Amino acid sequence: MTTVNPVVLNLKAVWGRAYVRVVGANREPSWIFFDGILPLLGIAAYVFIYKGFFQGRTSPEALRDLNALVGFVVLGGVLIAFWMNVLWSMASQLYWEKEMGNLQLYMIAPMSRMALLAGMAVGGIFMTSVRAFVTLIAGVYVFGVVFTLANPWMLIAVFFATLVSLYGLGMMFSSLYLLWGREAWNMSALLEEPIFLVSGFYFPIKTLTDPRFGFGGRAVAFGGSIIPAGLGLDAIRQLLFPNFQYGLLTVEQELLLLVVFCFVFLILARLSLAYLEKLAKREGRLTSRHQ
Amino acid sequence: MNASAGRHWRSFRWAAWLGWQIESNWTEPWLFAIYSVIKPVAGAFILVLMYAVLAVIGQFQDAARFDFVYIGNAFFIFVANTLFGTFQVIQADREWYQTLRYVYISPVSYYTYIVGRAATKVLIATFAVLITLGFGVAVLGVRIDLTLDEVPLFAVAFLLGMFTLVGIGVCLAALSFLTARHVHGLAEGIPGIFYLFCGVLFPLSILPGWGQALGRALPLTYWFEIVRRTVMPLDRWSAVPTGLETMDYTVALLLLFVSAVIFFLLSIGLFRLMEYLARKAGKLDMTTNY
Repeated sequence: MTTVNPVVLNLKAVWGRAYVRVVGANREPSWIFFDGILPLLGIAAYVFIYKGFFQGRTSPEALRDLNALVGFVVLGGVLIAFWMNVLWSMASQLYWEKEMGNLQLYMIAPMSRMALLAGMAVGGIFMTSVRAFVTLIAGVYVFGVVFTLANPWMLIAVFFATLVSLYGLGMMFSSLYLLWGREAWNMSALLEEPIFLVSGFYFPIKTLTDPRFGFGGRAVAFGGSIIPAGLGLDAIRQLLFPNFQYGLLTVEQELLLLVVFCFVFLILARLSLAYLEKLAKREGRLTSRHQ
Repeated sequence: MNASAGRHWRSFRWAAWLGWQIESNWTEPWLFAIYSVIKPVAGAFILVLMYAVLAVIGQFQDAARFDFVYIGNAFFIFVANTLFGTFQVIQADREWYQTLRYVYISPVSYYTYIVGRAATKVLIATFAVLITLGFGVAVLGVRIDLTLDEVPLFAVAFLLGMFTLVGIGVCLAALSFLTARHVHGLAEGIPGIFYLFCGVLFPLSILPGWGQALGRALPLTYWFEIVRRTVMPLDRWSAVPTGLETMDYTVALLLLFVSAVIFFLLSIGLFRLMEYLARKAGKLDMTTNY
């Protein structure tokens, strides 16, 4: 009897699932235009809102603030790319696999379901990085944003902690979505603008804590931080715009919370996947389609 | 009603009904109502927070410009929903529900079927725009001043804008006969063109010269201009110069009318061409999920 090292098997499963996304994407290179270039236009519109408000103001303080706010929008655009990927290509993916009839094949394959999800995440990160990179380049060369990088290691740590926790959240959602029918699509749609708002993708999240928004604003700012994109974005902005310090917490506090989220979401993803797989099998919903 | 008109009316009516079922019957009506309100209000609140940050960091406040941005954003809901509602139909039927082949061989006009499906999105968008404007007036102090004698102008401009949007949407839907599932990229990107170049959130004068020229070539620029002129009070509208304020209403309406006709004809031509190419390439019911 042939025995397979489970670590090697699961690593192969991760690579196998990621490979489909990378190769599948390259078979249809039009995605670079549709998913990489076109979304820049929406981000540019938000950049020009700030430029519009600052029209005619040329004092050094105004220019510094404008550079920071435009940079905030660009960085928000980078994180939006990952958030959209988490929603539509992670959270919704098992639901789509069920609709297409692939899910039962995954379930009978001798691998960890976490390896499958991890492969989806790796492939998704690869695809989304292209869009994120295009956004960043456009920020520097088209919108003229000047970043000031004083602590690159901290920036790398924050960025990867944000990605791992975000995709951990996506893995958790993907098993929750298994139990839903068309609610899954609508749930993902619902988690767009409201999350853009509570995570401060286009403005510093600390604005919500201004006294004019009262307790509700503070509650939204801190409550919304359960979505790691907001905290990660806030920390990255503080690191890249040290002359415009307007953070919700310190970078160290935000990194600590992000690391905690990484563990919490990955553990919850594992638990919810096992529980909901069992529940879906018991209720016979694992292969039911078009509900 | 002759047989052909009857077929189109039947296609439209049942497609609109199907679109409504798809949009709304996934949950309880009250939850659907909340869902329909949260998204536009959250979108509007992003602009509120962007404006608020300027006041918080001590830069300035500009109520007229805020009204300009807010009203533009509210009416942009029509653009985003109508375009998405139209061009997502083929990919939704083909990739998600995998029902395109059945609808396609049924005795309906598939072109009219797409328009019918989009009609549901327009209806939902109307609800969202009203909620957004109501929220702006009641909570944020946005001023709206649509007098009775401006209503006909507003109504005509609105309808021409909708026809233009549906025409553009069907053109994009036709292209999706041949593309992989890029509906989310398109959903963000295509409305982004209008968001950026039609003076929705800022006056065209902010854009570089080539961007202003492109904006002036897009019919929706004139749609937003007429909507703002009729909906905003004169003092606030005139406080934000757009570069189009000297344009006569008649000229703007004529441009919208010509655009609606051109996009209608273009949508029919492109739809037939892409449908033919998709059939020839065997792509009519392909799935590209990865």
